[in-house]
Amino acid sequence: MADIISEYEDRLTSKIVDEIRNNLPKGVSDTKLKKIMEAVYGEYKTAKVHPGESVGLISAESIGEPGTQMTLNTFHFAGVAEMNVTLGLPRIIEILDGRKALENPMMEIYLKKPHATGKKIEELRQLALQIKETKLKDISTEFTISIADFTIEVKFDREKMKELELTMGKVLDAITKQLKGYNIRDNKDSLTLKSRSKEETFNDAYKTKEKIKEINVKGVKGISQVLPVKREEEFIIITAGSNLADVLQLEEVDAYRTTTNNIFEIEQVLGIEAARQAIINEIFKVIESQGLNVDVRHIMLVADTMCVSGTLKGITRYGVVSEKSSVLARASFETPIKHIINAALVGEVDNLNSVIENVMVNQPVPIGTGLPSLTVKAPEKKGKEK
Amino acid sequence: MLGEVIIQKMKKIKFKVDKHILTPKHSKLSEKEKAQLFEKYHVTSKEMPKILRTDASLRELDAKPGDTIKITRKSPTAGESLFYRVVTDV
Repeated sequence: MADIISEYEDRLTSKIVDEIRNNLPKGVSDTKLKKIMEAVYGEYKTAKVHPGESVGLISAESIGEPGTQMTLNTFHFAGVAEMNVTLGLPRIIEILDGRKALENPMMEIYLKKPHATGKKIEELRQLALQIKETKLKDISTEFTISIADFTIEVKFDREKMKELELTMGKVLDAITKQLKGYNIRDNKDSLTLKSRSKEETFNDAYKTKEKIKEINVKGVKGISQVLPVKREEEFIIITAGSNLADVLQLEEVDAYRTTTNNIFEIEQVLGIEAARQAIINEIFKVIESQGLNVDVRHIMLVADTMCVSGTLKGITRYGVVSEKSSVLARASFETPIKHIINAALVGEVDNLNSVIENVMVNQPVPIGTGLPSLTVKAPEKKGKEK
Repeated sequence: MLGEVIIQKMKKIKFKVDKHILTPKHSKLSEKEKAQLFEKYHVTSKEMPKILRTDASLRELDAKPGDTIKITRKSPTAGESLFYRVVTDV
């Protein structure tokens, strides 16, 4: 019995095969099972997309129409106070354009067992504070530049430092590591910075002053807000600001479930396939949160298109569209004159292989019934079945 | 000098990329499997989807340009689906 099912294993998807295995009534005869499998396979074949079907067009319509019903505004995260989240159309556009700088970067940090249970709330809060970035300006009260010798003096808020468990030594370490070419003197409640170069001007000192304000003295760089929340049975930390590479290094973090909404970071840290999955998840999350219904297959197609070249490409004239081989197809998207002039200069040839260029020159398009050469082409070797 | 830099970079990421929930399983195809695949779909390696040699998920596979990577994705519609990418430089 198992042989008959496994015979079909490479022709049917594993999900269908599993379903048949689980729902088969006991004591089916081999001949009947064979009939069942044939019927399922026949049904599966008719459900497949036909060669020449313009799937991209269908996807575009299927995502575009519900898109018109989406909200155009940024809302607060329902139920979770104080955290801003981009939703609706702006977020979809952000994902599809493949933007590197997001409006509201966010992370969901999962924790390892003892921390995730939330039995020790205080510890959890401490952990969240450890992750949050503290900049030099957060723990200091005053930055002054002496006009006489261009030294910079930083006065510290001792109470705040105590709260964050920071010592002067740690702060000094952080500054020396991130600022080169300065002598630093520690005078207990403040630090005095003096440039080693003799040609320091007031302008340089001012620039340095602005720079040291942003120095990271504690926590993960880029994480500006933290918020522990209960998600189902466990506690997780939601952050504003994102830095996947550094957060995954932390010991208390469950690195295998922690994610960010910045797809570029995912591509860098986890690879292109993870980025594809992230695109699908993120788009689907938005569509679902708006109460709309779009089949995942359409989103999967878009995600695949963005990831085929091995790097993440947005659906813009600099991304996916610039990869098209046809001059006319590129010109039909945006900035036509630029593309046509450049093509004329280098003598590009357009073979009119695809859809848009054929529409432009008033010829039948190679989709659907316009594509018989592909489906009817006789196999070169015998015994080939498609 | 260059070797040092690379070693440090690998050390920094100590967790296995493969085990992350977002990353599907990657494996390298043998020459024979590769030829079979190309014949089955009537393609050449030029027409295949690409993956960068420096991709994070290939760190432990020792893949060279020209290799074919088999990716076993978890799919919400098909249960499990196979995808193939060819390794390229840059």
